[in-house]
Amino acid sequence: MTPSEIIEVLKQHDGAGIVSAVADGLHPHVVVKMDRLPAIAALLQSDWRLRFDLLRCISAIDWPAKNSIELSYDVISTSFGHALAVKVLLDRANPQVESVSVVWPAAEWHEREAFDLMGVTFLHHPDLRRILLPEDWTDHPLRKDYPYPVAYKGLKLNP
Amino acid sequence: MGLIEGIFEPGLVVTSVDWVLNWSRKRSIFPMTFGIACCAIEMMAAGAARFDLDRFGAGAFRATPRQADLMIVAGTVTFKMAERLRRLWEQMAEPRYVMAMGACAISGGPYHLHAYHVVKGVDQVVPVDVYVPGCPPRPEALIEGLLRLQDKISTRTIAKP
Amino acid sequence: MKEIEFQYQSDLHQEGEIPSDIRTEELTLNMGPQHPSTHGVLRVVLQTDGELVLQATPYVGYLHRCAEKIAEKVTYRQFTPYTDRLDYLAGMNNNLGFALAVEKLGGIEVPARAEYLRVIFAELNRIASHLVATGCYGLDMGAFTPFVYCFREREYVLDLFEAVCGARLTYSYITIGGVREDLPDGWIGRCREFLDYLGPKIAEYNNLLSYNHIFINRTGNVGVCPPDLALAYGLTGSCLRGSGVKWDLRKATPYCRYNEFDFDIPVGRGEKGTVGDCWDRYFVRIQEIGQSVRIIRQALDKLTEGPTQAKVPRAVKLPAGEIYYEVENPRGQLGFYLVSEGGTSPYRLKIRGPSFCNLSVLPVVARNCLLADVTALLGSLDIVMGEVDR
Repeated sequence: MTPSEIIEVLKQHDGAGIVSAVADGLHPHVVVKMDRLPAIAALLQSDWRLRFDLLRCISAIDWPAKNSIELSYDVISTSFGHALAVKVLLDRANPQVESVSVVWPAAEWHEREAFDLMGVTFLHHPDLRRILLPEDWTDHPLRKDYPYPVAYKGLKLNP
Repeated sequence: MGLIEGIFEPGLVVTSVDWVLNWSRKRSIFPMTFGIACCAIEMMAAGAARFDLDRFGAGAFRATPRQADLMIVAGTVTFKMAERLRRLWEQMAEPRYVMAMGACAISGGPYHLHAYHVVKGVDQVVPVDVYVPGCPPRPEALIEGLLRLQDKISTRTIAKP
Repeated sequence: MKEIEFQYQSDLHQEGEIPSDIRTEELTLNMGPQHPSTHGVLRVVLQTDGELVLQATPYVGYLHRCAEKIAEKVTYRQFTPYTDRLDYLAGMNNNLGFALAVEKLGGIEVPARAEYLRVIFAELNRIASHLVATGCYGLDMGAFTPFVYCFREREYVLDLFEAVCGARLTYSYITIGGVREDLPDGWIGRCREFLDYLGPKIAEYNNLLSYNHIFINRTGNVGVCPPDLALAYGLTGSCLRGSGVKWDLRKATPYCRYNEFDFDIPVGRGEKGTVGDCWDRYFVRIQEIGQSVRIIRQALDKLTEGPTQAKVPRAVKLPAGEIYYEVENPRGQLGFYLVSEGGTSPYRLKIRGPSFCNLSVLPVVARNCLLADVTALLGSLDIVMGEVDR
């Protein structure tokens, strides 16, 4: 299916939840409303025409200019070969969204990484804690306004 | 000196305790498997068939620090890893040596700018005896570092300093 | 001789009476981050009941080198060496993924000779990476010979790499716009010699390790990962194909002229146990070495004359936009999500490391296996911590 056909199927099921869609170009995607994400994720995985069974990546992008954090869920179907990205825009002051790990368990670790490096909270995640940085690290490094630490447990960053 | 010269048969080796001790220590260094990142692969290649480390007596990699003489820090040390590295170094028995292999272990390497989680050089954590530059250093460079370490070991003495 | 059947059942969960003088307790065992079999700095905390593993929790991040933050601060050309160090056993493939992502976003067209050279080097690096995986897997199982044999073959591949770009491990050879240098004289002859030499060696590895009864007993029926579980946890590469799913990006979404080549996709068939066990994942890699040899031979025949680099300005500036591009690495699908705001550095570069997703299945698959099977599992997943932690 082409991206525009996939977007049609999504619009049929939940037209109100889709904020915008880009079918052409290098990165076809739909932007959905934050509260409709779990339903649309379940639809993408289970619909017989779509069958997006492989979650490739969850990327978090910090847009301080737009005062939001964007999450991009890239999915692909190993049965049909088509790919799509689903995006949500979250409020930068308090980024929270429902976890999709019930749909794609691969999301467990990707969401932990987004929490660790960008500070996005995923509700109902089975085990949300830092994954790459130490447990007692403060702040979220991939934010654009991240202050580099001076030292960690006595070890200076710039000796 | 004329009294003791020329009275031993040729073939009888005259040496000192220091020399024998240092010779046996430097010819059988047991490295610890402490490969962290890319340099670990070159360390493994140095231990493999072409650049055999075993011919220097240093081919027996011990996994436990209690049985190791040399900790080859091969790779980037991060803040999360630094604590564990210090603990492993403290578990090694004296005489113990540390080789900083690769640019990352010497000074942070390509990650010395802009990285928030990298220790800029393992000598912030443990005292280093030999530095082997390279990114990653060739196995020949690692062997050169090992030979320099052997030279360093042969300067030890059991007499009072 | 009577067949002795072992029933591995946890004492703690047995119905009925437990004799009052036997006290069983769970033991929490820490594996790593410094451990000979964890393939890098991985820490696994195991809850065991005797020899039975009840829970395995991996802890990662000991090699987090902030590649994504660095990408926002350096230019595109300056980031190529950092891609080498992601999956340091497959530097050419990482370089290729990043170069393709940047070229697709920038609309840069690569000359034909460069594309064939890229295929040759990517497949040679696949052979080298699978040789390390095989050798280290044998080493984890206690067999030292496959290690030295595989590293001997790998040295010949590294000789070929060194002749063309001067480096043995971190190449930065496949750059934006093409490849850095052209082949030296006599390289193609040496490459063909190596491919002829490698063919019989694969049969030797099969005799030595793959069909070895001890190896089959240790890896067959161990760590079974059914195909739906593999897809659910985002497994890709040989781990997914070992579970029986015939999915390879070089065939599904061909890039860099892979559609011109004729090769097969080996999948696990449960020959020595169940589909998706450790032996299947391992044997897929052995078969992929053979397929890579096929691809390289065809690429050497198709190699055209011409430039090896497109005319790309020294300071690469990309138009505003975004792209998510994946390539088939030896360990799975390496993805680059590149967001550009029109400058000389990326605005955001997210790297999807295949080993990060492959490792996430460990807690599920390691349940109810024996302690010795954990090393078999980790070796068959073939992780490299450089791309787990980035």
